[in-house]
Amino acid sequence: MDLIIILQAGVATGTILLFATIGELLTERSGILNLGVEGMMLIGAMSAYSTAIATGNPWLGLLVAILAGGLISQVHAVITIKLQADQVVSGLALTFLGAGTSLVLGEGLSKAGTVSLLPAFSIPLLDQIPILGPIFFTRQSVMVYLGYLLVPLVWYYINHTRPGMHLRAVGEYPAAADALGINVARLRYFYVFVGGALAGLAGATISLAISPGWFSELTTAGQGWIAVGLVIFAQWDPVRAAFGSYMFGALRRLILDIQGPMTLFGMANPFYYNPYLGFFLQMLPYAFTIIVLVIGSREAVRKRLGSPAALGTPYIRGERGL
Amino acid sequence: MTDDELTPDGKVTLPEGQAPLAGPTNGRGKSRFPFRIYLEPRLQEPPRWYPFAISFGAVAIALFFGGIVIAFAGGNPFASYAHIARASFGSLGVFSDTIVKATPLILVGLACSLAFRMKLWNIGAEGQFFLGAFGASAVVLLPILPENTSPWIFIPVMMLFGILAGALWGFVPGFLKAKYNVNEIISTLMMNYIAVHWNNFFIFAVWSDGGFQMSPVFPRTAWLPRLTDYAEQFPILRGLTAHLGLIMALAAVLVVWFILYRSRWGYEIRLIGDNPKAARYAGLNIQRNTILVMMVSGALAGLAGMSEITGVVHRLQGAISPGYGFTGIIIAWLAKLNPFATVLVSILFGALILAGREIQPSGIPKMIQGIILVCLIASDFLMRYRVGIERVGAEPTGEEA
Amino acid sequence: MPPPMSTDNTAICPVKMVGIVKRFPGILANDHVDFDLRKGEIHALLGENGAGKSTLMNVLAGLYRQEGGTILVNNKPVSFSSPRDAIKAGIGMVHQHFMLVPSQTVTENILLGMEEPRFFLRLKEFDAKVAELGERFGMQVDPRAKVWQLSVGEQQRVELLKMLTLGAQVLIMDEPTAVLAPQEIEALFVTLRAMVAEGKSIIFISHKLQEVMAIADRVTVLRKGKVTAAGVKMEGVTRQELARLMVGRDVLFKLDKTPCNPGEPVLTLEDVYAENDKGLPSLRGVSFQVRAGEVVGLAGVAGNGQVELTQVINGLRRCTQGQVRLNGKEITNRPVLQAIQSGMSYIPEDRTHVGSSPNLSITDNVIMKSYRQPPIAHGWVLDGAKAEHIAGELKDAYEIIAPTIHTPVRLLSGGNLQRVILAREISGHPTFIAAVQPTRGLDVGAIEGVHRLLLAQREAGAAILLVSEELEELFSLSDRILVIYEGRIMGEITGELDTSANVETIGLMMTGSQYVSGALKEEMNRGGENISPGQPQGMVQHD
Repeated sequence: MDLIIILQAGVATGTILLFATIGELLTERSGILNLGVEGMMLIGAMSAYSTAIATGNPWLGLLVAILAGGLISQVHAVITIKLQADQVVSGLALTFLGAGTSLVLGEGLSKAGTVSLLPAFSIPLLDQIPILGPIFFTRQSVMVYLGYLLVPLVWYYINHTRPGMHLRAVGEYPAAADALGINVARLRYFYVFVGGALAGLAGATISLAISPGWFSELTTAGQGWIAVGLVIFAQWDPVRAAFGSYMFGALRRLILDIQGPMTLFGMANPFYYNPYLGFFLQMLPYAFTIIVLVIGSREAVRKRLGSPAALGTPYIRGERGL
Repeated sequence: MTDDELTPDGKVTLPEGQAPLAGPTNGRGKSRFPFRIYLEPRLQEPPRWYPFAISFGAVAIALFFGGIVIAFAGGNPFASYAHIARASFGSLGVFSDTIVKATPLILVGLACSLAFRMKLWNIGAEGQFFLGAFGASAVVLLPILPENTSPWIFIPVMMLFGILAGALWGFVPGFLKAKYNVNEIISTLMMNYIAVHWNNFFIFAVWSDGGFQMSPVFPRTAWLPRLTDYAEQFPILRGLTAHLGLIMALAAVLVVWFILYRSRWGYEIRLIGDNPKAARYAGLNIQRNTILVMMVSGALAGLAGMSEITGVVHRLQGAISPGYGFTGIIIAWLAKLNPFATVLVSILFGALILAGREIQPSGIPKMIQGIILVCLIASDFLMRYRVGIERVGAEPTGEEA
Repeated sequence: MPPPMSTDNTAICPVKMVGIVKRFPGILANDHVDFDLRKGEIHALLGENGAGKSTLMNVLAGLYRQEGGTILVNNKPVSFSSPRDAIKAGIGMVHQHFMLVPSQTVTENILLGMEEPRFFLRLKEFDAKVAELGERFGMQVDPRAKVWQLSVGEQQRVELLKMLTLGAQVLIMDEPTAVLAPQEIEALFVTLRAMVAEGKSIIFISHKLQEVMAIADRVTVLRKGKVTAAGVKMEGVTRQELARLMVGRDVLFKLDKTPCNPGEPVLTLEDVYAENDKGLPSLRGVSFQVRAGEVVGLAGVAGNGQVELTQVINGLRRCTQGQVRLNGKEITNRPVLQAIQSGMSYIPEDRTHVGSSPNLSITDNVIMKSYRQPPIAHGWVLDGAKAEHIAGELKDAYEIIAPTIHTPVRLLSGGNLQRVILAREISGHPTFIAAVQPTRGLDVGAIEGVHRLLLAQREAGAAILLVSEELEELFSLSDRILVIYEGRIMGEITGELDTSANVETIGLMMTGSQYVSGALKEEMNRGGENISPGQPQGMVQHD
């Protein structure tokens, strides 16, 4: 078992979570909790794959996935921003809606044959760096590189730009933003859309790049929910979100790859095609999410960090306070 | 707005500064239409029938939207719906099958209702269901009781183990929430995936029946009695699969209703659910109640798993639930967390699941469930706001812009 | 309606509002209100809570849209659909609850409303500008400090700076003194006068007559959404006249109160320390007693540990050190339930979020503390009929005005909601009552009712701790007054309370002056018998 190869694949797998987590992070920073990530990812994966099959162009598939994810997120946006409904229930509803709709529209897609995928390539020079080069810059999908770009950009955007400042204000204290003429509702619609688009992108990253194909609900296998958990772990910070995503990606790969070799560190590999232990290995990402949540929540209590103060509450002009 | 909408007696007022969601003058004055829709907060409780009318309307609208998507996906919506109706209510036999599907739904619906009352988002009923099935199976397969045990002992013991296993699966997220403030939505959901793999481990590795991915069939003494078992005395019951689980579910309805509306604990649950700060201030122990409610909720879902495994499947296998646990969420919401309404809604969803098995594309029932929940949550604002239509310019407004 | 304003000789009128009508469901908040503001004046908008002052100004600030009437700014009709429009027209409002994002820095908060910078924040550059601006207006604040780290007075300065940078010519100050100590109020008044001297115009919303008399050039009085005095010059108006215009009848400034005859100590605090939600020390060695049959007032600027103190007493907050005893029984860090069962009742500051459960019925709200015992509970079972019977009785006894006992309490007015809470808290015959801001936001009639109920409990022998920011309320109800500052009891006022000397003393203690500072020493010489040494550790330790 080659650790470098596992990490390399882990970065690729983690990219899926990265897009979804960053998207949800931006949405939550604006004060809207969208639990429908899983549903939006399924929509993205399905629409990307079916578009790529229909047109033969994976880039078009990517675009459609982004639009589809963003579009379906607006269902949640209207329900929670305009109609001020409970964001938890609405997010659940979006999960069902996304899953159901993608199952219906993706019917038969799993047998649709081969499709051209998004390109993978190495970055010259950078791939020569020892250890880091093979892990991060060798034969990775274009989406992985996009992920590298996204993290610092989003971090800078949130903390050092004017729209980023507006985003923070709207999520922390919408009344203050509103009093200065910042359109709270419009910004929230926008960031729910961005969250949906990135979830769609995450879905497309699965079906067109990392583990190509359409396997109904197994395509995402709960990664949307893990992303929601990672946002809490990340304390709404994109750099921590990236760290968590790649860690989880590596874990997922490790679970698959650890069952392959007969020996491990010179000893007999207890996981070697062991179906019994395999089931427990597969529990790990989910158990790990819970553990990560415990860590994140305890840290939040200790450091008195918190979610964006207005997260989950509708903004009604004239109603006071947070 | 007209004057008669001002409170008749001036008794009930909103605090100063409470603005309507989208009052008549929220900047829509530029509309070219001669009428506009406005919303204003309700000042009186709506009548009792109103929430149910809204639920009904939401379902009707959801079916309409579902029909559009079915047509878009190449199906015939009318044929699909007609098929659902026929295949689930068409005869006594299929209605009995519908009831069989409704039985676990009632129980998981109650599980969700109880937790949601306290604003605990237990969306792990699916996993608790799986664990309930596992617990009941363990009685037979471990085995805890010998194969020739009398049903009078077998069934209560299986119930007990199903309930305990489900309660345990509810305890974990409840404890983490109470102790570490871990978001229960995600933890319960993660517990679902763990439950599936846990069961799979036993199905594939421990209790596999000759290498198949299922356990051996339970002995007849561990089956819940079905109506068809009494066909010799009452021939009309021949082929009817409804089983004792229904009685268990209906008993649970009464118990949950009693807890919620007639017990001290139910009052505490409602109080914490509405305002945890006030509850804390009134001396309630929120952490203990969080764990307890999650356990009882898990126990109900576990009982659903036990009922399904001993009443229908009669063996432990992978595919024991077409997403009952998730449907329970929608049922709880559609029934407005009312235990009695849960029964009715469960029958409707039982029909949808039963008939949905034969409908193509196969995702339709799931999608319709999603659309129903979306419409339902969207319609919720009708509970808080009244909608009216007024003529533009009926009042002197700041239209000069 | 009063006669319309006589047109005056000022050519440009910064703000003129004519016939403003604003409705909320169930109330007519502004009923054809006229208001005009002249350049370079401080115009007070006076009225009770709920009279429609804030609503009118929210209309002017673009937060609400009026249903009728016109607004003229600089003699031109305008129509604001958002606060941004108002700001562009030079109108800025400093809200009672500051519109500042706590997690952002001072500079970021000021930049929020500006056109500049276009995209990149360039914080260093703007930090310098903000510091310079603060210098210019005599309002220094650290531009890089996060707002939550600032004191309330500093936050108010940030708000003012924000409005000035936005180019506000008209400043609306909504109850700006509510959160300030008397000395800070004086400083604010100096700032406001300086701004007027620069040609700005100020609208000063208040329900406090004294302040209006002190600062305003003219006053407009609102009562129940209607103007009762339009732009009257302050010269030649008496306090009594204004009070009558405000409440529609002569105000009862004095309550009948029997002489204080305190009994045994009911509540005893010894050297109590506690932390606030941010983990910072908020109580530093508080000790005092409340005896049966007396009202002890606790004065202080908001946020000096009052809320934490009552929470510690109640059991809602852990104290890190010290002891709390109720009727001789130790209740330190015991569950809330134990305090309740030992006869404690607590009227929280936040009626809607802490004191009541908004979507539950009146019945469910009044039994919140009594549902555990008979006659309402029989073991596990709750007797709903009995609960409703009791609720019905309380509804009549406490004159709770609501359609039925099944009405959810979120539909009640503030005064009625407070009566529900009082009914619950008082009907259990408590031996100790902690009342935090029991009359905040209520109209005069309701305030009087609350005061009477509390005094009746005092007669009945309950020990009462009254936490309030209204000195008038403290003076009229208390038998003695403690002053708290940064978690320490600074001193105690006894004897004849309502004297101007005491007001000054309390004000000094509220701002953290040591007991033996100059002004106070003088006070001690003049009226020393009114002041007792209070808590020594609170005074000596303070820097």
